[in-house]
Amino acid sequence: MIPELGHFSLILALAVALVQGTLPLLGAARGDDRLMALGRTAALTQALLVIAAFGALTQAYVTSDFSVANVVANSHSAKPLIYKISGVWGNHEGSMLLWALILALFGAAVAIFGAGLPDTLRSRVLAIQALIGVGFLAFLLFTSNPFERVSPAPLDGNGLNPLLQDPGLAFHPPLLYLGYVGFSVTYAFAIAALLEGRVDAAWARWVRPWTLAAWCFLTLGIALGSWWAYYILGWGGFWFWDPVENASLMPWLAGTALLHSAIVVEKRDALKSWTVLLAILAFSLSLLGTFLVRSGVLTSVHAFAQDPARGMFILAFLLFVTGGGLALYAWRAPRLQGGGLFQPVSREGALILNNLLLCTLAATVLLGTLYPLFLDLLTGNKVSVGPPFFNATFVPICAPLFAALCVGPYLGWKRAELWPALMHLRIAFIAAVIAAIVAATAIDGRATLAALAFGFGVWLIAGSLLEFAGRLRVGRAPLAETLRRLRATPRSALGMTIAHAALGVVVLGAVATAAWNTELIKTMRPGDTASFAGFDVKLDRVENLQGPNYIAERATLTLSVGGRPYTVLMPERRLFTVQRRQVAETAIHTNFLRDIYATLGESEAQNGWVIRLYYNPLAPWIWLGAALCALGGFVSLSDRRLRIGAPQRGKGRTRTVAQPAE
Amino acid sequence: MSRRLLFLLPLVTLALMAGFFAWSLLAGRDPASIGSVLVGRPAPRLDVKALRDGEPPLTDGLLKTGKPTIVNFFASWCTPCLAEHPLFARLAERDGAVIIGIAWKNKPEEARAWLKRLGDPYKFAGADLEGRAGLDWGLSGVPETYLIDGQGIVRRHFRGPITERDVNETILPFLKGGK
Repeated sequence: MIPELGHFSLILALAVALVQGTLPLLGAARGDDRLMALGRTAALTQALLVIAAFGALTQAYVTSDFSVANVVANSHSAKPLIYKISGVWGNHEGSMLLWALILALFGAAVAIFGAGLPDTLRSRVLAIQALIGVGFLAFLLFTSNPFERVSPAPLDGNGLNPLLQDPGLAFHPPLLYLGYVGFSVTYAFAIAALLEGRVDAAWARWVRPWTLAAWCFLTLGIALGSWWAYYILGWGGFWFWDPVENASLMPWLAGTALLHSAIVVEKRDALKSWTVLLAILAFSLSLLGTFLVRSGVLTSVHAFAQDPARGMFILAFLLFVTGGGLALYAWRAPRLQGGGLFQPVSREGALILNNLLLCTLAATVLLGTLYPLFLDLLTGNKVSVGPPFFNATFVPICAPLFAALCVGPYLGWKRAELWPALMHLRIAFIAAVIAAIVAATAIDGRATLAALAFGFGVWLIAGSLLEFAGRLRVGRAPLAETLRRLRATPRSALGMTIAHAALGVVVLGAVATAAWNTELIKTMRPGDTASFAGFDVKLDRVENLQGPNYIAERATLTLSVGGRPYTVLMPERRLFTVQRRQVAETAIHTNFLRDIYATLGESEAQNGWVIRLYYNPLAPWIWLGAALCALGGFVSLSDRRLRIGAPQRGKGRTRTVAQPAE
Repeated sequence: MSRRLLFLLPLVTLALMAGFFAWSLLAGRDPASIGSVLVGRPAPRLDVKALRDGEPPLTDGLLKTGKPTIVNFFASWCTPCLAEHPLFARLAERDGAVIIGIAWKNKPEEARAWLKRLGDPYKFAGADLEGRAGLDWGLSGVPETYLIDGQGIVRRHFRGPITERDVNETILPFLKGGK
């Protein structure tokens, strides 16, 4: 009964989305208030209906209703409750439903928080949002119905993909989708602006919170995915330049560029058509990522739910959304007149440099990801593009980006002097040089590039904090004045400082882990000992375990320093019997400055087990930094001036409020 | 005019990329497959010592009996082998399948103890201590399982443990005379 209600809600949602996608558009063209008002009601109704459908599927999973085919294929009565819930989106149909849900929720959010938007703009945004929703709902209903029944109902299900039975991955897809789908709102704003033929400061201000929200979620989603790969794949690395990872990195890079170029539109009325293009591209790259992951055209360590037939649908959808958007762009964007003139050395110039570099990075990732596919089709050669390519291309482009990042906030709009800005940063520069020299001499004399990169990390942190301290006049004014300034500082400026400094934290973590890790791979038998990173490691035993839905081998490794026990690591290798998949459970001991990371490998006939140990300095900083980065975004999002509806077009452009670093 | 063309550039790029994607989907390629070169060919040479004391060595003759045969490489130190073992036990008992088990890189006494503890589903059992037969058969690890028809032709090759589903959808139909 309940699955049928869910199915029925989904059908109704499609009908409502069709109405929402057409009539308000017509109303906006004709200036019909009633049709335009329909957009908000429809958006809220659609959201309620999709929530009902999602609730129905969740209910089927939680109660293990094995008369629903999707539950049979992806759940099992013996599974812990959390994985019954995450099983809802741990499969193709359910994840598409989650996508439709988030899309509808964002639509409802625009309807609720967009009260201050002009009627025509809001109607158009809601209509575009609904048209995207029509695509997903139709896809669900016609090709991937999650509510299909089986009769007779089997006694138990097949279980969830073992790789997904993990707390990190349980919440990775929802966060990632919040990011991907969040960019649908900026896309809708871009299309609406092209339809209206009007992009101005108010528009940029309205788009910014949506971009920021999507960007924050995407940042968290990527970080969670990388953390998961770190501890589940058991290779000691945190980023593998795998197609699925790249698929999420590309929209992030485009979104980051959009976040910055929208500031130029907002403050200086320039870079309009470029910003609109970025808004279209950020969402298009999100869809492209979905296509690459789902269609199976590329192979990946994270491969799941691949199906070429669905790939064709997503491709058609991608073509419709991106192609439609870009065609409209080619037609309407040339008419968007840019405003403010500026010198190359200026805040605008710095932000353009930021955009150029970020887009080059995104293009590099795109090329590296798709090159094997192109080459295979054109010549039949099978190659894989891996870390060496990205290390040789991606990393060098980051250098000028990081170098310029701290300087930008010191430059004024229109025209600025470079030298005074650099003089402000001399302490950060000295700190960076010292850090690089210390790294090169004290830690590892051979890794010169790593030392340089380490210096860049310190530069980012010091430079960002220095700029913030300067803004508060720390040390140059009485404490009371500093505190007064701290309270008066716009949240967006605070958010920027946090995010920029957090990037430095990520860089430090990534460089230290990649360049200065210690690794030991050894075949050990119970009783064997080894010496590793100053610890004495002893393999006490390897035992067989029976889990709820897997069997496992578990090693017990005792680490001691100078005879005193330090910690016990218990890595496992699990075999999920129903799906015939092996999953490594790494054991990690962290103190937030370094990780000791152990995995249990294959058993080698008579010789024992392959034990791998990694000592990863500063590894936790990678995810700590990414979380801080997102925190910076959320702080910025809480800025009063960015609240949707707060700014009014024409009047009320509150120029009197303090602007960041002007 | 040239400015307008510039604004068309993103669309053109998209069209090119979409063409490639459609091509790759229609070409039906599988980027992850490594396949098995043995399927459809005569089974590789079989020449291993018997695992159980006092039995004759296992030779090619066992593979061309006119009846379908299952060849399973296993080892007592291999956890996945433990997982698939009950399925073989059932195949042998209930379905009367002829199963040849080869203990790969496994000390014979350990393999024998393992089989004694769990039950022995193998009509013929061989010991491949040095892994020489494993080389001939293109083994990438244990367990691996081959379905061989009455004429000695390999019809299926499973890498990793077999599952309930493999038994129902592939192995049982194969034993009943299908392919």
